[in-house]
Amino acid sequence: MWEYDPVFFSRTLTGLTLAFHIIYATIGVGVPLMIAIAQWIGIKKNDEHYILLARRWTRGFVITVAVGVVTGTAIGLQLSLLWPNFMELAGHVISLPLFMETFAFFFEAIFLGIYLYTWDRFENQKKHMLLLIPVAIGASFSAFFITMVNSFMNTPQGFDIVNGALVNVDPIAAMFNPATPTKVAHVLTTAYMTSAFILASIAAFHLLKGRNHIYHKKSLYLMMKVGLIFSIATVIVGDFSGKFLAEYQPEKLAAAEWHFETEEKAPLKMFGWLDDDGEVQGAIEIPFALSILAHSDPTSEVIGLNEFPEDERPPLIVHYFFDIMVSIGVWLTLISLLYWFAIGQGWRFVQKKFFNFLLVLTGPLAIIAIEMGWFYAEFGRQPWILRGFMKTPEGATTAGYVDTMLLLFVGLYIVLGTASVIVLRKMFKKNPVEKELADHARERGEW
Amino acid sequence: MDLAIVGISVLWLFLFGYIIIASIDFGAGFFSAYSELAHTKHILHHIIQRYLSPVWEVTNVFLVFFFVGIVGFFPSTAFYYGTALLVPVSISIILLAIRGSYYAFQTYGAKDSKVYIFLYGLAGLLIPASLSIVLTISEGGFVEMVNDAPKLMYGELFFSPLTWSIVMLSVVSVLYISATFLTAYADVAKDDKARGLLRKYALAWSGPTILSAGLIIMQLQQHNAEHFQNIMDIWWVFALSFVFFIVTVVLLWVKKYYSLAFWSLIIQFALAFFGYGASHYPYLLYPYLTIYDGFTNDAMATALIIAFIAGFALLIPSLFLLARLFLFNKRYVRGEKRRY
Repeated sequence: MWEYDPVFFSRTLTGLTLAFHIIYATIGVGVPLMIAIAQWIGIKKNDEHYILLARRWTRGFVITVAVGVVTGTAIGLQLSLLWPNFMELAGHVISLPLFMETFAFFFEAIFLGIYLYTWDRFENQKKHMLLLIPVAIGASFSAFFITMVNSFMNTPQGFDIVNGALVNVDPIAAMFNPATPTKVAHVLTTAYMTSAFILASIAAFHLLKGRNHIYHKKSLYLMMKVGLIFSIATVIVGDFSGKFLAEYQPEKLAAAEWHFETEEKAPLKMFGWLDDDGEVQGAIEIPFALSILAHSDPTSEVIGLNEFPEDERPPLIVHYFFDIMVSIGVWLTLISLLYWFAIGQGWRFVQKKFFNFLLVLTGPLAIIAIEMGWFYAEFGRQPWILRGFMKTPEGATTAGYVDTMLLLFVGLYIVLGTASVIVLRKMFKKNPVEKELADHARERGEW
Repeated sequence: MDLAIVGISVLWLFLFGYIIIASIDFGAGFFSAYSELAHTKHILHHIIQRYLSPVWEVTNVFLVFFFVGIVGFFPSTAFYYGTALLVPVSISIILLAIRGSYYAFQTYGAKDSKVYIFLYGLAGLLIPASLSIVLTISEGGFVEMVNDAPKLMYGELFFSPLTWSIVMLSVVSVLYISATFLTAYADVAKDDKARGLLRKYALAWSGPTILSAGLIIMQLQQHNAEHFQNIMDIWWVFALSFVFFIVTVVLLWVKKYYSLAFWSLIIQFALAFFGYGASHYPYLLYPYLTIYDGFTNDAMATALIIAFIAGFALLIPSLFLLARLFLFNKRYVRGEKRRY
């Protein structure tokens, strides 16, 4: 059997909670914006399909928010429960964004409650639309602040350590550390992109099943367009992130690329595997690409992993996380570009079944990319919990029963995950869009 | 003024806010479940649902706010409480997660399930019980230091009469607070049947509440003499709290001024809660951690207080709007569905 090791179990439990939470959190950040966009277009075009789109998304959104809220509460408490030593140290420097995240979330929660329960209270849809703005702002700002905390763990600054004591704390400098701009931008753009593709895949799924209502088509067009915009933004931000890593966390970039020797004109290696001697086999090499990614200059020098002491190198598995994330990102950009180009040209093949099937896959793929991206970011800063200051085992709890707690939470997430999927399916199956449109028409007395 | 005291006072205020609104929420869940058993569901269901729906998510944020705030102002609490409380707090998280998410699943998605309603009602009583462990261990005597790390003594905790008195108080006061609030809410809604039933519940739970509160003070004399002495030094706060308790019960008894009865209950609990907090001063975890040795640095404290003020400037109007739309809006409370 395994030996009881609180560090291992703390890492596993934290990883599990976050991996589960980010699915719902990403939806929580991105979907309010999509709802607001649909509602706004509905008002502008005076088209009830878009208003209905906003409403139906909101109904589903409530379910995902509920799971996001409770798992967010779990990770909030687990930070102190599983990493008490880390929180005691980092709390002195980074509580401000953590705290502001709560405010943003509070703000969102209040207005979401109001938005949901005032469907029938406002004659004017514009007034109702106004309520969505604080929801979308609150959602994005909570991602903004919490990502700052994570950025701080990657590039800590805003304090000095003199004889083992923390002094000269500057909360603002800690918040706006070098990792903040690229991380925040990457988290926000990918959250919007992922949400757009998830909603697009729902629409594509209906079309694939042969429900050819114009409502689904409108939804698909809109979300593929929004998805395209944000995936292009993601590619740009991803490029900045690479340059950031080359400068501030070269070991993370080197581990992702299996780039061992410091060299100029560095090639980018995709996929492949490591043989017993640690040599890269079977990888696709793109000459100069890593130098371009790192410094925008094909001849520039890129620092290799061998420059770092062995006990400060990230695990080499992050290469796969990185490759999968990037490949999916590129694929989603290309397919949404193709879709839009084809629509513009009037090419019919994008409405064929096989293409619809590819569109159905965009949402799940985007979620996988999100997971892979976070795995890469988090495993990539191992062995540090606070890079350069505290290694992960030093931050972990020494308490007993972390293994039992891990099992309990595994059970919880299985139950929550399954139940949320069942409830969401039921919700929309019972009440298809045709029925709802007919109900609305009857209410207005058009029947 | 001392920043540490400002910090703990604001956090204490938030914890009080959480206790009141969470009690209403947990108690409502319990009464919902009980009404299923007692075949009074048709009387209570609508009034409870109408209140809970727009606020369930906000309730949860109050708790998050408190624990994020306390770790921010007093990072050492993360070390002491975080290490010691892994098991009890993890259990609370799981109960909160099931309860919170299933509320949404049930209300917006699935159809009524009786099993679920009972679990929901039960979880509502177990959560306050499991969270109140934090208050128990703050009294000292349940945590020992092993290799410089705090360790919870499960045996002592489980067999202490103080533990069970606090658990009992948390459970019965949840029912008392909730029933009193819902009585007032039903009164605004002009729902006489619901009001009559809830009034009976409120009266029934008032006795156990005041009894268990008294019991805790007696237990403290044995358990933590220093704390008991501090309570005695400000006995008049608790005496005043008792006066407001009497006012609430009398108003409920004579079936008049229900809203006033609820506000008097708030004052009763506020006096007792802040009196308890003040008498606990300066300890966060007796005898290891005071608010001074656990306090964050000055720069962070100032930044947090500025964030507090800015945050409240945003939150208070929003909360006020929420309350105006759903709590103090007679037409909404009565369930009228008219456009306005």
